[in-house]
Amino acid sequence: MNAGLYAITLSLLLLSHIKDKKKTKMAIKKAWKAFENILPEFLVVILFVGILIAVINPEIISKIIGSDSGWLGVILASIVGSITLIPGFVAFPTAAMLLEGGAGYMQIGAFISTLMMVGVVTLPVEIKYFGKRITFMRNILAFIFSFFVAGIIGWVVTVL
Amino acid sequence: MGGDCIMKSIIRKYRAFLVVLTGLLILTLINQKIGFKAISVTAYSFKEMIMVIPPIFLLLGLLDVWVPKETMIKYMGEGSGLKGILLSIFIGSAAAGPLYGAFPVAAVFMKKGVSFKNILIFIGAWSTTKIPMFLFEITSLGAKFAVTRLLVDLPGVIIIAFVLSKIVPASEVKAIYEKAEAIE
Repeated sequence: MNAGLYAITLSLLLLSHIKDKKKTKMAIKKAWKAFENILPEFLVVILFVGILIAVINPEIISKIIGSDSGWLGVILASIVGSITLIPGFVAFPTAAMLLEGGAGYMQIGAFISTLMMVGVVTLPVEIKYFGKRITFMRNILAFIFSFFVAGIIGWVVTVL
Repeated sequence: MGGDCIMKSIIRKYRAFLVVLTGLLILTLINQKIGFKAISVTAYSFKEMIMVIPPIFLLLGLLDVWVPKETMIKYMGEGSGLKGILLSIFIGSAAAGPLYGAFPVAAVFMKKGVSFKNILIFIGAWSTTKIPMFLFEITSLGAKFAVTRLLVDLPGVIIIAFVLSKIVPASEVKAIYEKAEAIE
């Protein structure tokens, strides 16, 4: 995956360099400026995620969001999912582990959905580009939407 | 004197980072096990950032320099219709990297005149309907789970974008577009 991304980027850079050296230099300068602009927020997010994942205990979570925990479990799962922002490669195995530990599908649906769509930890980055109001509205809508996702997933996996 | 000033502005920029870092160090002193786990997760995310973020920003730089605003407006701007929606979903879904990587991309899209609705669709697609992650989700949580989520999320992302672009006042949208213009 990463190799492909690098291959595309490098070949485009090379192509750009052949066509116009000055423009390429400008593109790299812009890339660096955009990166440097947001780097402090990125670093804060990364540190926060590290601390949160270390503090949160999977055993306790799977008990709280067990398959008989109903909509209260969905709400709790959504709250946990909204705070933390876990990279997908960690999130899916974690969710599988929680399922094995007794969590319900509906609750895991809410957890995964909020995990990916709602980011309290990433708020500072989002606000920097979108402003406070739009950021809050987007996250609240995504939070509500996650209940819908949870309901459908719970229904499909258990009834169908 | 000048160097002192630069130092001060760097410290100011990274103030929040330094505070959280200090918190992590204190946590490690109190509870070594949790502290070390936090450090190792942080190291993992940092590696992820270092691997994925540079190409994204370089592509952004190239897009900014080479693709004319008119082209972006034609394909993804106001009135780009279904074409714009599909393109936004595709670009968001194909992208690698964590959600926070999507926001700088959105800023360049704003500069290039991509419609607010399409930017929201792009953010939504980046956050949930990722092609690189889909197979991984199937293997961890089962096809039923992953396919259902994808089928619900696709329309969901578009609906959220429509609702948001309807309820957010135009002046607010204009303000963040102007801000994006001022970044570089």
